[in-house]
Amino acid sequence: MGADFVQFSLTPILIGTFAAIACALPGNFLILRRQALIGDAISHVVLPGIVAAFLITGTLAAIPMLLGAAGAAVVAVILIEAVKRLGGIEPGAAMGVVFTTLFAGGVLLLEQSDASSVHLDVEHALMGNLESLIWFKATGWESLLDPVALATLPHELPRMAVVCVLVIILMLVFWRWLKISTFDEGFAQALGIPVAALGIGLVITAAIAAVAAFDAVGSIIVIAMFICPPAAARLMTNQLEVQVWWSVFFAVLSAVMGYVFAGYGPLWFGSQNAVSAAGMIATVSGIVLGLACLYGPHRSRVGVGREDKAT
Amino acid sequence: MSPFFDALLLNAGYNAALVAVGAGLLGFAAGSSGTFLFLRKRALLSDATAHATLPGVGIAFIIMVSLGYDGRSLIGLLIGSAVTAWIGLLMIEWIARRTRLAEDAAIGAVLGSFFGLGIVLLTIIQTMSAGRQAGLEGFLLGSAAGMLYQDAVVIAIGGSLAVFATWLLRRPMTLVAFDAEFAAAMGYNVRRIDLLMMGLVVAVTVIGLKLVGLILIVAMLIIPPVTARFWTDRSDRIIWIAGVFGGLSGYVGAAFSASAPAMPTGPLIVLTAAAIFLVSLVFAPARGVAAVVVRHHRFQRRVHRRQGLLSLSRAEPIREKFTLRLLLRNGLIRPDGVPTDTGRAQAAKVARDERRWDIAREVHQDAGLTGRYDGLTPIEEVFTPDEIRDFDRRLGPPVAVRGFA
Repeated sequence: MGADFVQFSLTPILIGTFAAIACALPGNFLILRRQALIGDAISHVVLPGIVAAFLITGTLAAIPMLLGAAGAAVVAVILIEAVKRLGGIEPGAAMGVVFTTLFAGGVLLLEQSDASSVHLDVEHALMGNLESLIWFKATGWESLLDPVALATLPHELPRMAVVCVLVIILMLVFWRWLKISTFDEGFAQALGIPVAALGIGLVITAAIAAVAAFDAVGSIIVIAMFICPPAAARLMTNQLEVQVWWSVFFAVLSAVMGYVFAGYGPLWFGSQNAVSAAGMIATVSGIVLGLACLYGPHRSRVGVGREDKAT
Repeated sequence: MSPFFDALLLNAGYNAALVAVGAGLLGFAAGSSGTFLFLRKRALLSDATAHATLPGVGIAFIIMVSLGYDGRSLIGLLIGSAVTAWIGLLMIEWIARRTRLAEDAAIGAVLGSFFGLGIVLLTIIQTMSAGRQAGLEGFLLGSAAGMLYQDAVVIAIGGSLAVFATWLLRRPMTLVAFDAEFAAAMGYNVRRIDLLMMGLVVAVTVIGLKLVGLILIVAMLIIPPVTARFWTDRSDRIIWIAGVFGGLSGYVGAAFSASAPAMPTGPLIVLTAAAIFLVSLVFAPARGVAAVVVRHHRFQRRVHRRQGLLSLSRAEPIREKFTLRLLLRNGLIRPDGVPTDTGRAQAAKVARDERRWDIAREVHQDAGLTGRYDGLTPIEEVFTPDEIRDFDRRLGPPVAVRGFA
């Protein structure tokens, strides 16, 4: 827990934790609204969004990338809705059509442009690169108070922290509306809550979280962060407030344990090389969910009797 | 354009022809077997299946290398990927059946965590034997360029088997897709049929891994069935239409990619399928957007024509602009709004049929016949001439109607 830890591990752990929390919070509502796979669709279309932003601006700066990815997420949601309405197609299939097509378009654009020769490549987009976000100038814990060293923090850290705080604020502000409209949409409408706008707002919030997390942990891992911690939390309690706290706890647990296993786990087995931290975080979150499925106190459906459990 | 046609006619060299034929076969198998997944409203199961193949590829590679074999043996990698994909599917099934979580949450959870595990394994492999690792990343997005003859044979045999199994299982799978409870009442084992359906999907996914990669194989399983749905309402036809669309997009997409440098095969196949989807969405005769718009306008014209004629028969003034334009265009009124002779005749007929319907509803109280009264169905379509004569007798002789005297 000395200087090496601050230099190499502190920032990745913090970024992973912020990313996990920012994704898990909207994930709670997506799961309760049976929209879990919106997260899946969003994280796939982030790639074409980023490629398009790169082709238009020609830079890899953060703001155009974020705008491009968020734009692609919104376009995808609109297209899914259009295919659903115009074609009379069920939501799952409409999602499958839209996000695979956009993803294919993104890969094609990437291969056709010079982007693949620069920092942007498909594997990076899929897997993320959490380990590389190290704090070069850090010399120990005291660097946290040293403005010169703080200035060299990887810029992903403040960005992810800002997004995480933003998501938390949005959740707090719209908490009552979200809660009512998630559980009883008709009642919410009767109260005059703009249900449709709220639904779109939730998806956009999820998209912002996904886009910010994407850079650090990769697009596919984002899906695990959207779904696994809230799903596990769902099996722990019947109260929304408690569920959200559990999901934050599981998200932090997955991020920290995942990073530690990835960075230090191989050393325990005598290997010198660390494994993908983002992949390990997703794996740990899956294991957490698996344990919750086996032992969570509220794992079964309401009304499932003992006979059903016996079969 | 000429290199594209060369590739389309299999003249662009041995390898390009191999890829095109392989992609066509794969597309046909994926389209037809994906149909049941789509009809069962579980299309995104294929997404989870595809992502869950990655850890299997990694594990198979590690096992084969540690046993001293060449880790790149395609058969071995495919068997490994099939095993983990199957485990992933069983986990989804188990979570959805035994816990309160919905299937979509289970799909997303398995997809994310299996893919994460796969990436962990890939990074282990990268450090394990750097030289021989060679192209496991190819399974992410496919690598058609390096396709060998035996890969094509694997696709051809596997694809044919998948199509054959689809043909064998089409009846029970259709039944389960449309009405699982009825199928259970008929004595089918729904769970086993669902598992068979998933098994088919796993098979197609695994076969397609090498060619289009695990992310884009999902598109080949979903897009052709959705496209085919626009063209037919019959479950026995949709399977083969989806197969043809899938095969076509595979073949044409592969030809496109062979005709130009740096054009990846997988994305082009998917984009070809998406183009066919888009054309179908707009122009398909039964359910396409254009057909729906045309049908809506035709309906609108019928309603306005009838209302206009009824107003004419009662000598009521018409103010609605669209109705006026319509009646004018059909020569039923003059530009100053006075009905022409044809207009009078038609209006009289509409008014008479309306009276006939009144009588008909007094005579036939059952909803089966008179329930079809919507103001637009001609009475001749519902009742026989004898019956209509009977209504006319009850109506009595024609009387002068106000405005027509």
